[in-house]
Amino acid sequence: MKPGSGNSERGTGRRLPIIFVATAAAVFGLTPLARAQTVAVTGGKVFPVSGPPIENGTVLVRDGKIVAVGANVAVPNGATRIDATGKWVTPGLINALTSLGVAEINAVPATVDRTARGDSGVAASFPVWEGINPASTLFAPARNEGVTSVGVIPTGGLIAGQAAVIDLVPGALTDMIDKAPIAMVAQFGDARDGGSNARGEQFARFKELLDDARTYSRRRAEFERAQTRPFAARRADLEALIPVIEGRLPLLINVDQASDIDAVLRLARESNVKVIVAGGAESWKVADKLAAANVPVIVGAMINIPQAFSTLGSRQETPALLQRAGVKTVLIGNGSGEEGFNVRNLKYDAGVAVAYGLKWDDALRAITLTPAEVFGVANRVGSLQPGRDANIVVWSGDPFEFATRVEHVLIRGREVVQPSRQDELMQRYKTYPPAYRKP
Amino acid sequence: MGGVVAALGACAPAKSTAAAQQPRPAAATPARDTTRPAPGLGAVSAPNADPFPSTYVVPPSRATVIRNVTILTAAGPTIRDGSVFLRDGKIAAVGTSVSAPGDAEVIDGRGKYLTPGIIDDHSHMGVYAAPGGDALSDGNELTNPVTANVWAEHSVWPQDPQFPRALASGVTTAQILPGSGNLIGGRSVVLKIVPSPSVQGMKFPGAKYGLKMACGENPKRVYAARGPSTRMGNVAGYRAAWIQAEAYRRRWDKWNADHQGDPPQRDLGLETLAEVLRGNILVHNHCYRADEMMQMIDIAKEFGYKIRSFHHGVEAYKIADRLAKEGISASLWSDWGGFKMEAMDGVRANLAMVSAAGARAIVHSDDPSGMQRLNQDAAKAMAAGEQIGIHTTEDQAIKWLTINPAWALGLDDKIGSIEVGKNADVVLWSADPFSVYARVDRVWIDGVPAFDRANPASWWRTDFELGNVPLPTGGAK
Repeated sequence: MKPGSGNSERGTGRRLPIIFVATAAAVFGLTPLARAQTVAVTGGKVFPVSGPPIENGTVLVRDGKIVAVGANVAVPNGATRIDATGKWVTPGLINALTSLGVAEINAVPATVDRTARGDSGVAASFPVWEGINPASTLFAPARNEGVTSVGVIPTGGLIAGQAAVIDLVPGALTDMIDKAPIAMVAQFGDARDGGSNARGEQFARFKELLDDARTYSRRRAEFERAQTRPFAARRADLEALIPVIEGRLPLLINVDQASDIDAVLRLARESNVKVIVAGGAESWKVADKLAAANVPVIVGAMINIPQAFSTLGSRQETPALLQRAGVKTVLIGNGSGEEGFNVRNLKYDAGVAVAYGLKWDDALRAITLTPAEVFGVANRVGSLQPGRDANIVVWSGDPFEFATRVEHVLIRGREVVQPSRQDELMQRYKTYPPAYRKP
Repeated sequence: MGGVVAALGACAPAKSTAAAQQPRPAAATPARDTTRPAPGLGAVSAPNADPFPSTYVVPPSRATVIRNVTILTAAGPTIRDGSVFLRDGKIAAVGTSVSAPGDAEVIDGRGKYLTPGIIDDHSHMGVYAAPGGDALSDGNELTNPVTANVWAEHSVWPQDPQFPRALASGVTTAQILPGSGNLIGGRSVVLKIVPSPSVQGMKFPGAKYGLKMACGENPKRVYAARGPSTRMGNVAGYRAAWIQAEAYRRRWDKWNADHQGDPPQRDLGLETLAEVLRGNILVHNHCYRADEMMQMIDIAKEFGYKIRSFHHGVEAYKIADRLAKEGISASLWSDWGGFKMEAMDGVRANLAMVSAAGARAIVHSDDPSGMQRLNQDAAKAMAAGEQIGIHTTEDQAIKWLTINPAWALGLDDKIGSIEVGKNADVVLWSADPFSVYARVDRVWIDGVPAFDRANPASWWRTDFELGNVPLPTGGAK
């Protein structure tokens, strides 16, 4: 498929045949062939994120990887050019907390695979990515609006399971995964669906589970001979917790109330585990502590309703306050309805964060390089620099503005043009009476 | 003499001047049958009764001029470098220049935008108040599939912290609806977003009531065990209710006309439905799918009522020309969808497509977070329309947020546009409201300053917030 064809076809019926090319390429495993070419995105205002913006910059891509970024990059003969003159060029956006691929229609349980049954609220061994459906109709809306990677996060219970980062590239699950696992997901505070009935009980259970995982890891042989005391979790779950207690896998904890975040920081210190705070409605109140402990926070910019007693301090300035305090801040969509179709709305959360005090450059970083760093995939995605996967978006203007169009989306160096169901429905009904409709 | 009072009695004497300005039509008062004892006040089912009248009174205000501002009027083309003069609660003048008295407060709007107050015709503020939980969950009376007898205002908690957040986002009027668990969920209430210890103090004087109806998955899921458990069961349920309502309306219209014999037995639910049949209550119908909307239109025709607005209508774009022809508005999100089967076909250009087909498009929220960004929802729909060749101007899109929902509430003669004589409900934005970076700087309701971002000490905090919710100012210390 020819890079550059996407823009002119956007919004016309002629896009349809292009899907079939893309699909056929994926089905017949032609992806490597499509990648085996040189692409140059030229003349745009380039935001590498890892460095300062470059006016009239070029991003050179070979075999799916970025090989050069700069104002004076020679474009080799035979390279496919994407003219980005007057456009803005950024890394593909990363939405850190989604259920993409594991929750198609929330009200249809057979299409929802993000919550394990677990054992007394513990599902540490649950690899959520194994349930990802690459045929999900929800990938296209996100990808077409500039989101090229997402975190796929399990939910529910005290320990929900293990998360992954995937690229929204057409193909099989194994092609999509950037890294799995990226984190062990848990929750602390209000949630009482994890077999606990009080905050202190949750705290004690975390400590017990982490201690048992430590003991188990040292006494595996005795465990196999049934010569250990009973443990607080099943063997597979203890096994899954070993990378956490060894500090190789962060514990991503959904937690909102300031005092609960403080408890999580204590747990991290006492149990010697790495934590990431997610949700973080009141994280601004403990921003200095979070910064001192070098704990990243994954937070939205659109919550200011005291919707629960644990989120009474919700405010839209939270991302700006965290950033100012030196906390590594990742922005997510958390306006209502931001899941499913609306993983794409991440860029607007960034815009709102800017309206409430976050610097523009910090907002872009918070939806590209920072999530990549927090999830340990910055060597592949999140910035435009040599050696990284060529996940690149060309925008008609400021990516955070509503009137801006996505002109090109490249994932791993390949332009992906695939209309969503919604695009097809709009084409079908855009004139009245619709040709499709019989009276 | 007592009998005449009784016949009028359900329409309690107006206590406020504001309410008095909006007299409801009085029932006919023929000579009563004096051979029988007069029915007590509460026994009579009178049209346009107002037993919980608004006590809102327009406060006095200082004359105010907002100058050098870009005005999206919702009534005509954008006025650049324009001025608006607010006096005695009304818009007294609007144009490129206005004359105003020397003692008027003058606000410089350079670089800013002025719009009418935002109107959300689908909110559950107060009935599903924050913080959420059973104690404040008062929006769905899930004890019977038809609960036309309940009134949302009797569930509204005026201390809901969602109210001041809506105001700070430019929302000046909202319709509070019962939930969608029932076929017929009850009466809505239209509120002004103002502090008051009672819901009566928030009620929009003279506003008609709405009736909440709901199609599809929600009622049949809630009542799966006892019925209706299917969509055909839903339809049978609506029709059965309207058959009863029509008989009730006939009985009472006759008695109210001749006062002969004992009055019929009063029934709160049928009274509400009869008011719909008389045209005194507006129907707001939660309905996602095009096919179900078409069926609801036929049901309305069968029983002789009008649907004022389809709410959610994720498939409205499939029948937008029909909605235009029937004069039914569509209250929509830009991009919620996909969360259940009947929401699968939601498209982001829905508002633009409905608007282009000539129907009244309305941005609604159904959500306290979305409610704070109705302008952004409109901007998303504009951009999505653009991508399929439907151009929407800002002058059109501002109507989705203002005059169109005002029409859906039957209040388009009072609010929804910046025109002389309209209520002085206006919003001053820091930038073009269709930009992601725009924030609400100031809000006036009836010409009275209601929100000023620059002055946190003046911000409305509900009683609940005192001690519970920190004022969102200051840093992380």
